[in-house]
Amino acid sequence: MDGNAPDFAAASRAALADPQLRGNFRRAMDGLMSKRAAQFADTGEWTGVRALAASVRLRALSKLPELLEKLEENCTRNGIAVHWAATTEEANAIALDILHKANAKLVVKGKSMVTEEMHLNAVLEKDGIEVLESDLGEYIVQLDGTMPSHIIMPAIHLNTKQIAHLFKRKIKDAESREDAAYLTDLARRVLRAKFQAADVGMSGVNAAVAETGTLCLIENEGNGRMCTTVPPVHIAFMGLEKVVETLEDVPPVISLLPRSATGQPITTYVNMISGPRKDGEKDGPREVHLVILDNGRSGIYADPELRDTLRCIRCGACMNHCPVYTKVGGHAYEAPYPGPIGKILVPQIEGLAKRGAMPHACTMCNACVEICPVKIPIVEIMGRLRVEAVKPGGAVKDGGAKASRAEAMVWSGWAAMNASPTAYRIATAAMSRLGNAAPASLPMLKEWTNVRTKPRFAGRTLHDLARAKGVPDV
Amino acid sequence: MSDARSSILTKLRTTRDAHPLSPPASDFAPIEAKQWPDQERLPRIRRLMEAVHTEFLDATESDWPAVLREFLAREGVGSLLYAPATEAGKRLVEGWETASPSPPRGEAPHESPEGPAAHPPHPNPLPGGERGPNPTLIPYDRPLEDLKSHLFESIEAGLTTTRGAIAETGSLILWPTADEPRTLSLVPHIHIALLRADALYDTFLQAMREQGWAQAMPTNLLLVSGPSKTADIEQTLAYGVHGPKRLIVLVVHP
Ligand code: SF4
Repeated sequence: MDGNAPDFAAASRAALADPQLRGNFRRAMDGLMSKRAAQFADTGEWTGVRALAASVRLRALSKLPELLEKLEENCTRNGIAVHWAATTEEANAIALDILHKANAKLVVKGKSMVTEEMHLNAVLEKDGIEVLESDLGEYIVQLDGTMPSHIIMPAIHLNTKQIAHLFKRKIKDAESREDAAYLTDLARRVLRAKFQAADVGMSGVNAAVAETGTLCLIENEGNGRMCTTVPPVHIAFMGLEKVVETLEDVPPVISLLPRSATGQPITTYVNMISGPRKDGEKDGPREVHLVILDNGRSGIYADPELRDTLRCIRCGACMNHCPVYTKVGGHAYEAPYPGPIGKILVPQIEGLAKRGAMPHACTMCNACVEICPVKIPIVEIMGRLRVEAVKPGGAVKDGGAKASRAEAMVWSGWAAMNASPTAYRIATAAMSRLGNAAPASLPMLKEWTNVRTKPRFAGRTLHDLARAKGVPDV
Repeated sequence: MSDARSSILTKLRTTRDAHPLSPPASDFAPIEAKQWPDQERLPRIRRLMEAVHTEFLDATESDWPAVLREFLAREGVGSLLYAPATEAGKRLVEGWETASPSPPRGEAPHESPEGPAAHPPHPNPLPGGERGPNPTLIPYDRPLEDLKSHLFESIEAGLTTTRGAIAETGSLILWPTADEPRTLSLVPHIHIALLRADALYDTFLQAMREQGWAQAMPTNLLLVSGPSKTADIEQTLAYGVHGPKRLIVLVVHP
């Protein structure tokens, strides 16, 4: 394993051994799954709106370069400054430049996964700028000095008791009360002062409308509205796939996103921003910036099969339904995007040398594909990435990084054995005679046998038995 | 970073042209099919919004300022921020003077320890003994910068109009303007929204089509479906995290 590659196997073993963590996740995921199911009780409606949303995303991808140009044109006309970044370094540099020009000391942020991808907070802190996450879950995670463990519910790995302790340690005058209402109100008091004083507000984008130059953001707390309304400057960050063609393309996406994510019919706020404060208006930021980030997405787009990864609307439902994610939690992946979408997106962005283990953290049960509101063939892409990991020179960054000569030999031997009836007979007869004699501790069996009993080989092969019953060979 | 721009767009164009995508047609029928009879829309909106702690008041064109004033007095709300240049703002002021709210029941006004302006922002209805006798009207007549500390630190409620509501999800359509600023519905602890009972739509899609949104989007357009809430602490629903703690829909019946 590479020196700096996250060790998913070790991290997941540690997570599995933590009963508190597993309990927290199990409860949360069961709740989210049943609430989502209640929202889609009408299967006809689900099928129809889902097909529509998938078509909206596919149509956007089919015209991606044109729509991005149109988005830029219409945003510019509306007074929004558009910036392009090929890499996260470029995006961070753009952000710093805007902040320096605004002489910013305090930044408040709404939820944005793209800025997690950029590690923007660390960059700003290094520059001496105070940056505060304002989504309650993100705020908790920031106070705790960790990473979000879920893209929708960042602090889902913690329970009320743990959060009460954290607040007591980190917030002045906090009482030690394990009461969600009290803790929420405490965060409200701390953060309102920050919204009032902030120089710049930052946010993500759920969908950007090319037709009108509009940025759509959805949220429940009102912190997103605060960040995009109160400070004098607003900077929005989006991955380049987030564009949709028309305003009418927004309702299908907004219809499925909150229902899939948290099982609510709609979020408390759907916030559609089409520019900075106009002459005569009394509030709203005086500057609005939109940073469009590539960071490997154009590479994903280049491959017709992998391209489907970019349909994602980041609802997080695939995590809630994943048998691996729900057991190990989000931190085991050590990546900005965990769970099924993370397992296909992160290796493509960061490369298979570092992230080659991720596509293997999957049982291929297909649960994520069944619930994905935009019908991403996640499991097919997972399979493709497993192949890319051992095939040098493929479409994905660091393709072939996991290629092993021994594994290649085993597979070519297996192929040869299955191609010749004689070789097959000899090999299976040898297995049924000698297989049980092989100790479970053999190096090639250990990965399997250290958590399972070794299967027993039957004395006669299935072929043998069938032949004896008169089933003819073909 | 125009280098990034052209290299990104060139790459997208070249690779897309090498492998064009043919998306299926977008069939909006599954959304268009969502329709409710006239008499069911308002009850549905009310049910969905009440489920997330929205409160409703009923009034008519002529008495809504009085209904509002009485509500605020009853709840002990000391200050209401409003948009003076809007039709609704003018009606509010007219109706305010002529309204004769029933005096706060129980204690006499002077027993209230503080005047309305001195009320600290209070999350929940004040207990009976501290009822504000006479809510003060505060016009939002200057830029945010000149009102910010007042807005964040002492104003208790804000009044806005709406452009209707959506039956499918129970959502108000807010369309802030130069006269009716965005923070009016965001910063005060209580947001009161006027909803005309004859401005109801089936879906988000229908509302944007019939009102022609795509032709002229405002700086900020919002759907609001309840008071601010969060479930970030162990899935426990808590109201009033950053935005308004209470949302009151004042339904104006024709
Ligand atoms: S892959 Fe599908 S289910 Fe997963 S986050 Fe994206 S849209 Fe949601």
